[in-house]
Amino acid sequence: MSQMILFLLLNATLQTIYMVVAASFIAVCLGLPLGVILYITRRGNLLAQPLVHHLLAAIVNVTRSIPFIILMIAVIPITRFLVGSSIGTAAAIVPLSFAALPFVARIVDNALLEVDTGLIEAAEAMGATSWQTIIHVLLPEAFANIVNGITLTIINLIGYSAMAGAVGGGGLGDMAVRYGYQRFNSSVMLMTIVMMVILVQAIQFFGDKIAKRVSHNKLS
Amino acid sequence: MQKQHEETMIALTGLSKQYDGLTALDSIHLQVKKAEIFGIIGKSGAGKSTLIRCVNLLEKPSQGTVIVNQQSLTTLSRHALRAARRKMGMIFQHFNLLSCRTVYDNIALPLEFCNMSKKAIAHAINPLIELTGLSDKKSNYPNELSGGQKQRVAIARALACKPTVLLSDEATSALDPETTHLILQLLKNIRDTLNLTILLITHEMSVIKACCDKVGILDKGKLVEQNEVGEFFAHPNTPIAKNFIVSSLPQTLPAAIADHVLVDERLNTHPVLRLWFFGDAATQPIVGQLINQFKLRINILQAQVESIKKHIMGILIVAVDGDKTQVTASIAYLKQLGIQVEVLGYVPNDIIPFA
Repeated sequence: MSQMILFLLLNATLQTIYMVVAASFIAVCLGLPLGVILYITRRGNLLAQPLVHHLLAAIVNVTRSIPFIILMIAVIPITRFLVGSSIGTAAAIVPLSFAALPFVARIVDNALLEVDTGLIEAAEAMGATSWQTIIHVLLPEAFANIVNGITLTIINLIGYSAMAGAVGGGGLGDMAVRYGYQRFNSSVMLMTIVMMVILVQAIQFFGDKIAKRVSHNKLS
Repeated sequence: MQKQHEETMIALTGLSKQYDGLTALDSIHLQVKKAEIFGIIGKSGAGKSTLIRCVNLLEKPSQGTVIVNQQSLTTLSRHALRAARRKMGMIFQHFNLLSCRTVYDNIALPLEFCNMSKKAIAHAINPLIELTGLSDKKSNYPNELSGGQKQRVAIARALACKPTVLLSDEATSALDPETTHLILQLLKNIRDTLNLTILLITHEMSVIKACCDKVGILDKGKLVEQNEVGEFFAHPNTPIAKNFIVSSLPQTLPAAIADHVLVDERLNTHPVLRLWFFGDAATQPIVGQLINQFKLRINILQAQVESIKKHIMGILIVAVDGDKTQVTASIAYLKQLGIQVEVLGYVPNDIIPFA
């Protein structure tokens, strides 16, 4: 019995990691460019396109306002189209990515806003193209802040992934609800929570480490 | 004519800039010759920053032309403008270094923009690191450096593409006087070794004195005066030019005396005079003349004389004791010599006794 529980726990942990890692990866891949576009199209910035900026900003804000549990159901058609099914761990990755993407975009946008505009001016004076300014100046300077933001996103996704259990996504949250809550098995409940805490701590620890490593703003 | 044309590195003609109806620059005409250090001084809000940003078109001028290295910048395509900017270095008040890059990598940045190979970059910037005295700081990050060292990095970076022109935007304004002196020495040194043309803006007369060949005064967007630095100090033409010179010298009384100066003459007080010398007037032995000719007794309260490129200028604040008509006559005499005289007030005998 306890061996089976341990097996279930391991399986659920792996599912959670799989969902979170895959969703984070997709969210960063799409959110990073979106954040950069949000930033550069801002009035007075490199490629000022206020109309594009406001449109994108509106989409990002709307997506961020939708509660995850509703978003998850709302994107079912898209999930079906992409994964072929709306149930299962792979299917849960789609709504998780959708939830994290605008979050990442905002994080990148904000991190870029923190970069001293003097650096952009200096790059321009050196004859840099907009692309070179983004790649060589803006993103590296904002990198530590972006890493901090992404750490936050991943931790949020662990929370969201628990809800994804509701669409049969599996994972620790699903296990906690089904075995711990519904069967009044408090030891399972405790185990899943401990596992979640370990995951969150580990992600925060490595996130901080990377951010510290790439940041040279403070003497350490 | 041809030769003269060759020598002009920066030529601004009828340059104006308006922001939402406000005039920031008003019809600026300016020429900077090759290997010259041209300083533009002005109060904050005079348009200095706008002016220097118009030279590499970080600001687009509303009217007028900008010719750098015989190339008219205002008509260039974006691509050609970037190429032209690479031949113009720029340094800033707040250095604008990338905090995530080492000293070496900061200096390499403009060369990376030119897609140069790692080997070619090393070849180009190692001499610059030597020149700016940063050899032992190569792999440090900017936050580990002092202000002066940061500006050295910025200077090396500005020189990386072998520019013909260096633009300096208040480069020493965030530095202490000693570091300022060293940085200005470095700029002069660079001008001499690399034959570089430097246009700098500043609000400090000491910067102009220390390193410029020519000076222009910018006031409310207008270039009101420009001259050789020595000539400028000897014969300032406009009131604002005089003000800048005056403000670069100590002009107030020592505090212990200033507190006791009275506005009106009373019994047992002595007039306090402030004398300004410019040019030839500064070479006259006036203190001796006041003593011998007018039988005055002189107590010097504050004095400074400076020489700039063979010209002498100075300030003298004195309390005088003597016959009233003689004092009046002496003031008239000094004015006749071209010395500016001002009566600052009257100081009681017990503060400055003429025993």
